[in-house]
Amino acid sequence: MSDTFESNKPNRRAFLRGAATAGVGAIAAGAAGAQTPDPLITETQDWAQSFGDGVDATPYGMPIQFEGDVIRRNVEWLTADTISSINFTPIHALDGTITPQGCAFERHHSGAIELKKEDYRLMINGLVDRPLVFTYADLERFPRENHTYFLECAANTGMEWAGAQLNGAQFTHGMIHNMEYTGVPLRTLLEEAGYDTAGKWVYVEGADASSNGRSIPMEKALDDVLVAFKANGEALRKEHGYPVRLIVPGWEGNMWVKWIRRIEVMDAPVESREETSKYTDTLENGISRKWTWAMDAKSVVTSPSPQAPITHGTGPLVITGLAWSGRGAITRVDVSKDGGKTWETARLAKPGEKMALTRFYLDTTWDGEEMFLQSRAMDETGYVQPTKTQLREVRGENSVYHNNCIQTWWVRPNGEAENVEVS
Amino acid sequence: MSKFLKSISIGAVAAILAVPAAAQTFGLGRAALPEEIAAWNLDVHPDGAGLPDGQGDALDGEEIFATQCAACHGDFAEGIGNWPKLAGGMDTLDRKDPLKTVGSYWPYLSTTFDYIRRSMPYGNAGTLSADETYAIVAYILYSNDLIADDFVLSKDTFLDVEMPNADGFILDDRMETEFTKWVGEPCMTDCKDAVEVTMRALVLDVTPEETAAKAETVQVASTDTTTTAEPAAVAAQEQAVPAPEVAAADPALIAEGEKVFRKCAACHQVGDGAKNRVGPILNGVVGAKAGHIEDFKYSKALMTRAEEGLIWDGEALAGFLSAPKKYLKGTKMGFAGLKKDEEIAAVIAYLNSFEAE
Repeated sequence: MSDTFESNKPNRRAFLRGAATAGVGAIAAGAAGAQTPDPLITETQDWAQSFGDGVDATPYGMPIQFEGDVIRRNVEWLTADTISSINFTPIHALDGTITPQGCAFERHHSGAIELKKEDYRLMINGLVDRPLVFTYADLERFPRENHTYFLECAANTGMEWAGAQLNGAQFTHGMIHNMEYTGVPLRTLLEEAGYDTAGKWVYVEGADASSNGRSIPMEKALDDVLVAFKANGEALRKEHGYPVRLIVPGWEGNMWVKWIRRIEVMDAPVESREETSKYTDTLENGISRKWTWAMDAKSVVTSPSPQAPITHGTGPLVITGLAWSGRGAITRVDVSKDGGKTWETARLAKPGEKMALTRFYLDTTWDGEEMFLQSRAMDETGYVQPTKTQLREVRGENSVYHNNCIQTWWVRPNGEAENVEVS
Repeated sequence: MSKFLKSISIGAVAAILAVPAAAQTFGLGRAALPEEIAAWNLDVHPDGAGLPDGQGDALDGEEIFATQCAACHGDFAEGIGNWPKLAGGMDTLDRKDPLKTVGSYWPYLSTTFDYIRRSMPYGNAGTLSADETYAIVAYILYSNDLIADDFVLSKDTFLDVEMPNADGFILDDRMETEFTKWVGEPCMTDCKDAVEVTMRALVLDVTPEETAAKAETVQVASTDTTTTAEPAAVAAQEQAVPAPEVAAADPALIAEGEKVFRKCAACHQVGDGAKNRVGPILNGVVGAKAGHIEDFKYSKALMTRAEEGLIWDGEALAGFLSAPKKYLKGTKMGFAGLKKDEEIAAVIAYLNSFEAE
């Protein structure tokens, strides 16, 4: 804990690794011309002379070995056991908006189970005319839809309430992913069972040992909730709920029940563990908010960031990041290099889509001076992402969930970046 | 069939009320049978709806808690390490770092019963009887000073228990308290005078080291190569490497056993850094004398058999694992047993791959 800046290893190592990866090219970059011919050009390289892998070398491919550090990471001290735990998406190393399933963060309450399609059953019961059981094959016979949505854990950035803690966008903001889902609207299944209009709620639970039950208001259930079986074109991965999970657009990830096995139409919420003792937000006066389902507008600069330092020196610099809102589409993202004194509006890679990640870029020139990088998202409701100070004024420091504050990265003249809080 | 048609017409009325357009149905799925609904429809509501028959008090609960829950939650529900604390924390909610327990935070008692019956014990969910669940809930209440030790909890007395934080919740009010403040055109220039660093993550230094992650990567990559590369190529490579004595073990069987071991992992640890949990460490258990872990408190039944010379060879382990309570009457191991011989063989092969420390 007595560390000075120089002695801090993770950051240093990240920096050095980045520099090594850039290699000769980095040194030769910029306006200066090459002094000696580049052997990568002048000498015939192995890959230019002999064969690479034939087809079928990898029947289902993994990223090339050089990308081996772009992986989910766990913060061991957060939880007692990896079976009931969370890890983090390497957002600092990704671009675009779609998160590959293989590196999309995982959250399990009783581990990722293996449930065959043949063994899968989905029950609808409660206030319905016809309590029904569907097989996986049944689900595939209903009209399907495709939608891209982000899933953010309510606890994303939760470790940062009391101050800057974790040094990397992966750890501060990596409890998020964004996939294109294929599935059946929950409304279709509720209609199939003939739901009773006295049923103001649905209760959803998973087939795993935790069951992770949540109550969802009927209005949302009939609006845009999906019962999904594909993500990014392929079957859901085991860790994302194979064979079937629930998609609850814009709402906290805990409600997106994986391995969903039962939907009960009810007149009142269950008030389950996950919606009372957890996923509630205690304010400074000790009173707690419940049913805080929607994820507020939020953004983060993913690069440069502590795990993605600037290794190329001064000159052209791409500042990029992600923005999202559970209340609609992102309309604008501003970026500040001076800790919020002045802001520039960033370029959105594509117009924002409802409840999906939006990629932003600020194409700029770095003069080598330190920066306090921040991003600030706005959504179609006109809501502006707040500062941490603004959030604390309303909520205090005892909350865990729904921290959507503006993040600051302190970029030093050597290109390293650090998670800091600023006045 | 007539019932089906009747329900269709009722459904049609409901659909008209709910959605303006008549809802289309597809005739997919089949009727859920009452037994099936009863098996899964276990949720318990704040008003007590869904509570089963049965009862229990804190004294019964203390004993069950000690064997089923205490390994993680502590003998007094105080929590061990990072595992949840279930008792204490009264009047801490408005202080820094509030302690949220069943007593100090949970607004409804139904939640406790519902969660324990369906999701606990961790790694052995859904195995508690209604009486055991009532007893455990009673013990947790007693640990929070919310009931006396002779209070018998049942569905008839359930609502008599007052939860201290029952009125401690409000509905989401962000639209009123936050949205109105943080809406509109934001400041673009001269938004503040000075920017000072007030806190630094590097000073706190709690971020995981990336070297660990790198090591994992290498491991993942190598596993991937062996599983996805063509078998012939792998075989050729393996021949080139001097084969160690593990060659005798069947890696596929061990891998299968590792999967089976998940059923055991809630209570047992094996491998580097394994510790006693609800059950003893299993490093070196295959071929060992029964009761060989010195600092583990075994059942009397097991110690008696150990004194009689029980050795955990393949046959004994297979017998025990197929029907623990039958093979070793009085065992503390609360596991129903492995049904398939292949599973038993695999898990023994897996355990056999760990030597005693």
